[in-house]
Amino acid sequence: MFYRRIWKSNLVGAFFQPVLYLLGIGLGVGALVDQGPNSAAVLDGFSYFAFYSSALIATMAMFTASQEALWPTMDGFQWSHAYRAMTSTPIAPRDVATGLTIFYAAKTTVGAIGVAVVLAFFDETRSWGLIGAVPAGVLTGLAFAVPLAAWTSSRTTPDSFPPILRFIIIPMFLFGGAFYPIEQLPDWLEPVAWVTPLWHGVELARGSILQTLPEGRGLLHVGVLCAYIVLGWMACVVTFERRLNP
Amino acid sequence: MNEPLITARSLVKKFGDLVAVDEIDFDVEQGEAFGFLGPNGAGKTSSMRMIGCVSPTTSGRLEIFGLSPTADGRAIRARIGVVPQMDQLDNELTVLENLVIYARYFDIPRDVARARAAELLEFVQLTERKDDTVDPLSGGQKRRVSIARSLISEPELMLLDEPTTGLDPQARHVLWDRLYQLKERGATLVLTTHYMDEAEQLCDRLVVMNGGKIVAEGSPRNLITTYATREVLEMRFGRGHNEEHVSEVSQVGERVEILPDRLLVYAHDGEGALATLRERNIIPESALVRRSSLEDVFLRLTGRTLVD
Amino acid sequence: MTAPAATERISIATRIIPAVLFDVRRPQRLVERSLVVTRRGWLMVVSGFFEPLFYLLSIRVGLSALVGDVAVGGDLVPYDEFVAPGLMAASAMNGAVFDSTMNVFHKWKQARLYDSLLATPMSAGDIAVGEVTWAVIRGLLYSTAFLATMLVLGMVGSLWMVLSIGACVLIGFAFAAVGMACTTFARSWADFDYLPAVTLPLFLFSATFYPPSSYGDWSWVVQLSPLYHGVALIRAANVGEFSASVIVNIAVLVGLALVGIAVTARRIEKLLLT
Repeated sequence: MFYRRIWKSNLVGAFFQPVLYLLGIGLGVGALVDQGPNSAAVLDGFSYFAFYSSALIATMAMFTASQEALWPTMDGFQWSHAYRAMTSTPIAPRDVATGLTIFYAAKTTVGAIGVAVVLAFFDETRSWGLIGAVPAGVLTGLAFAVPLAAWTSSRTTPDSFPPILRFIIIPMFLFGGAFYPIEQLPDWLEPVAWVTPLWHGVELARGSILQTLPEGRGLLHVGVLCAYIVLGWMACVVTFERRLNP
Repeated sequence: MNEPLITARSLVKKFGDLVAVDEIDFDVEQGEAFGFLGPNGAGKTSSMRMIGCVSPTTSGRLEIFGLSPTADGRAIRARIGVVPQMDQLDNELTVLENLVIYARYFDIPRDVARARAAELLEFVQLTERKDDTVDPLSGGQKRRVSIARSLISEPELMLLDEPTTGLDPQARHVLWDRLYQLKERGATLVLTTHYMDEAEQLCDRLVVMNGGKIVAEGSPRNLITTYATREVLEMRFGRGHNEEHVSEVSQVGERVEILPDRLLVYAHDGEGALATLRERNIIPESALVRRSSLEDVFLRLTGRTLVD
Repeated sequence: MTAPAATERISIATRIIPAVLFDVRRPQRLVERSLVVTRRGWLMVVSGFFEPLFYLLSIRVGLSALVGDVAVGGDLVPYDEFVAPGLMAASAMNGAVFDSTMNVFHKWKQARLYDSLLATPMSAGDIAVGEVTWAVIRGLLYSTAFLATMLVLGMVGSLWMVLSIGACVLIGFAFAAVGMACTTFARSWADFDYLPAVTLPLFLFSATFYPPSSYGDWSWVVQLSPLYHGVALIRAANVGEFSASVIVNIAVLVGLALVGIAVTARRIEKLLLT
């Protein structure tokens, strides 16, 4: 019973939300944008629907993974002590970090596949590149979840979580290239977007779906995302060790 | 004689088909400490909630301060202090704020509330914790905050639902001491408990409830003399062997109660009864003579021991 | 015991309006409590002002350039100026919904706040009105900040926009009341997972991001969204042109608010006064 309810709400998240965003923003705002005077030039000739929808895998992955790495992860460390219970068995904090990473990966994979399936219904985004976009989404999710898990494990209260969403996640969502190319941003802000994991994820997913990405740049994006994940994992090992074996 | 503070006649509370309180009658007089004693599910809490005007009566008559809970609930609640079973303290507020804000629900002016809160925190010995949030406090401390909070409106009547359940013995004694002080000042207390020692300590008069009915009523001393003997001899013959000795043992006391692990013999002279048995070569593994308590009364009235 | 005749009279009246609503005396005491609680979390409240700023800025630098101007009534307005009222209404809704659902559920089930309130002279009506009032006050704060942000960014098109605060209060009132009513039916936290399934479509499809005419033949569906009526009010205020439909907009929101409060008060009484 419990699992069925969870499963249902996952279903809502995995299919319902992307469909809504696609219709609400992709088609709706798209219609306005495509009538716009200079949109074709800015979007490289793609429709706004194609441009926006192809980034959705990355943005949705960011949201799912970040939320998972905050409250539910804190629950494991602080409230239910599930992780401490684990480490009193022969499992090391390092293994907990790896286990969590796999868990986040699984969670984002489900979400990313959901979005990909939805995108496959639309002519403009139906391409073999969708298959490549799923791992791109997973990498994006992990690039958020793993470093955030390190932060979560060093906290005892969730007080810092809403500001994290408000001042890190939401601004990236808004300014990270999901809604319009970052060339639109003021010149001083553009380089900031270059270092955010979301932009790399968006570029990777979009490039894969619309098949516009040169191989070299693709590798660069993958590299940056992996760097976030590896550094985050290393931080996790340190903070988990401190938390679980004080 | 003053009018009783609370009058209940044929009071009934039903939840659907379940009869929680089944036609009970009682009066609580001004200035007395009145107890509802009974196991879980006996109808104590339901009775308390009806008195506290947070639970409509199903039928019967209930008057508090001569007012009816249905028509004058708000007015009655303004004159009652409630200490709920689970401390329903406000976790988002500090200890002091808990008292002051609670006072505001009674429309007490803020400066009066602050002055009273300071006084009450002194009374429950929590002045130094006044700026802490409620969460880190121990169970006993939380209960003391609850008591202070219920006193902030200077109630004419206090309702305490299992005031010491779940507390360690030390915290319990501190609490009993505070409640005793309130009693000495003339407060009217109504409390529920399933602890016999608590009822003996605090109550002037009590009713024993079982299955929604009142099965006995009186002062603790009174109940003990009516329903038990002066002393009780407890004997253990080892598991499974207790019953073998019932007939021999029943000859030395007024009554025998068989429990899974021991035999209870009600007698005026426990030591004498034990000596008689020893003379007859009936030697238990262990034996203990004690004064009878409300536990024995309860056992007598309901045929079972109290379980939490 | 009440005389039978009186009982009958009351029951007829309560068939229309629950009796608890006649028994509202001091809901302000609950608001006072919320104020004390929030005083400690003021940083959180202040940081809430940044969200509209981020959204409005993002739309200005990005989408506005792509979309160009949009027709509102007879006028053409820049896209950011078109979206801003929609976002203002949506943020009023989101704030009210959050306060009246998750927050209220926590206070109800976990903190058991309402149980202890009902032991005092406070009534179920006081609680319903008090909580909704607080949600409205917070909404008022946020919408004022939103308006200020719009003003700074030069997105305010008319002096009539002052009235948008009133519209936000109405939106907050309606959604807080309905949200709290729904919360009284919630069994566990898992039920709140469905919340976005309601608020997200409202957010996206209430003519927030594009005029209802974009829906073509389906534009009447938008009318069913309570948020749309809020958006329409604020948008009308921002261009300073009001038509008769404003009355419908207001009526819908007021109606929702009343229904929500009535259901909430009745449910509190039923669930807690047993």
